[in-house]
Amino acid sequence: MNWTWFHRLGSPPSFFRFAERLAPWLAGLSLLLIAAACYAGLYLAPPDYQQGDAFRIIYVHVPTAAISLSIYALMAVAGAIALIWRMKLAEVAVVAAAPIGASFTVVALVTGMLWGKPMWGAYWVWDARLTSELVLLFLYIGVIALNSAFNDPRAAARACAWLALVGVVNVPIVKFSVDWWNSLHQGSTLLSMEGMKNPKMSTPMLWPLLASLAGFYLLFGAALLRRMQNILLERERRAAWVRELMEAPR
Amino acid sequence: MSLVRALGAVVGRELRLAARAPAEAAQPLLFYALVVALFPLGVAPNEPSLPVYAPALVWIAALLATLMTLERVFRNDYEDGSLEQLALAPLPLPLSVLAKLAAHWLLGGLPLVLVAPLLAAGLGLDAAAGRALTLALLLGTPTLVLLGGFAAALTVGLPRAGVLLPILVLPMLSPVLIFGAGAARAAAQGLDPTAPLYFLAALLALSLTLVPFAAAAALRNALES
Repeated sequence: MNWTWFHRLGSPPSFFRFAERLAPWLAGLSLLLIAAACYAGLYLAPPDYQQGDAFRIIYVHVPTAAISLSIYALMAVAGAIALIWRMKLAEVAVVAAAPIGASFTVVALVTGMLWGKPMWGAYWVWDARLTSELVLLFLYIGVIALNSAFNDPRAAARACAWLALVGVVNVPIVKFSVDWWNSLHQGSTLLSMEGMKNPKMSTPMLWPLLASLAGFYLLFGAALLRRMQNILLERERRAAWVRELMEAPR
Repeated sequence: MSLVRALGAVVGRELRLAARAPAEAAQPLLFYALVVALFPLGVAPNEPSLPVYAPALVWIAALLATLMTLERVFRNDYEDGSLEQLALAPLPLPLSVLAKLAAHWLLGGLPLVLVAPLLAAGLGLDAAAGRALTLALLLGTPTLVLLGGFAAALTVGLPRAGVLLPILVLPMLSPVLIFGAGAARAAAQGLDPTAPLYFLAALLALSLTLVPFAAAAALRNALES
C-alpha cells in the first residue's frame, strides 16, 4: 500500500488545504442530519409511555454525552501519536480537541440537568454518571489550563498530551469508583448485548437518535478541523505558506 | 547494588535538605491539623453528626496538605540545575523520580497518616472507623503524592504553577477520595472496610508502576523547552 498520501497530510500546508475542502462538507452534512433528527425526534417519534415528552431531550443529551467521552479518547490517541512520532499535527489536534470536548461535556451536563428536574425532581443529584461527567469536564479544563500556561506552544502541546494520556487511564477508574459510590442513572438502552439482538427502543424513537449521533460526530469533526486550521495559522504565521495564503486574492 | 546506593543517595539528599529546614517540613502537618480543627468551629458545638463528615473532612485536609507542598518537589532542583544533572545521570530518571517522591511521602505523607488516629478520635469516630481511616490514608497518600508529583513535573517550568497543580490533579484523585472516605464510612456503619481498602491498594500499585515513567517524561519535556 502506498502511504505517501498520509505523509503528505502530515505537513501543515497540505493538511490546511485538505481541511479547507473537507470542513464545509462535514458541517453541511451534520446540519442536515441534526435538523432531520430534531424534526423526527420532536414531531414524528411517539411520546414515551413513562416519561412522556420529556424523553425527547435524549436526541441532544445522549449524543453529546457519548461524544464528550470519545473526544477524550481521541485526544489521548492524538497525544500518543504526538509523543511517539513527534507529529506536529497530532499536537495541534490534542490542543484543538480540548475546548470542543469541554463544550460537549457542558451541553451533556446542562441537558441532563434539564431532564433531571421533571424526572428526578432536582436539577442536580450526586448520581454516578452525572458525577463522572462533571469530573470529565474538570479533566478537560485541566488540559485547557495547562495549555494556556505555557509560552512555547510545542512544549504546551506535549505536556497536554501527557496529561491526556494519564487522564485516559484515569477516566475508567473514576467511572468505576463513582459507580461503586452511587448509581441512580438509568442504564444504557443502546449499548447492551441484548439490545443489539432485540432493540429495546422502538424504531421511530431509535433512528432519530442514531441520526443525531452521526450528526453531532460530524459537527465535532468540522469544529476540530476548523480549530486545527486556526491553530496552524497562528503557529506557522512566519512560514512561507501562510504568507502566500494571506496575500492570495480571494 | 550501585542502583540501590544511588536511590539511597537521592532519598538521603531529600531527607537531609528537609532536616536543614525543619520548620518548613512541619508545615503541611500543621496545615492539615488546623483545617481539621477549624471545621468543628463552623458547626454547632458538639454537633452529633460530626462523625458522619469526619472521613471526608480528614481526606480533604490530607489532599490539600499534600498538594500544597508538592509544587516544591522538583522546583528548587529545576531552578538550581540539579534536576538536569539527575536527568543526565546513569540512574534512570523514572527511578530517581520515584525516589524523590518516596522521600516526599516520608516527609509530607506519613506524618498525616500517623496523626490520623488522633484526629479521628477528636472528631468522634469509633475505634474501628479510626483504624479504617488510618489504613486508608496509609494506602492512599502515596497515590496522592505520585499523581501530584506527575502534575508537579508537568508544571515545573511554569512561573505560576501554584493553583494550576491542584486543578490538574484533583479530578484525578476523586477515586482515592471515594475509596478512602468510603472505607472509614463502611467501618463506622459496622461493615467490612476491606473492599475499598483493596481498591486503594490497587490504585497504589497502578500509580506506583506507571506514574514515575509519565512524570519522568514530563520532566524531560520541561527540561527540553
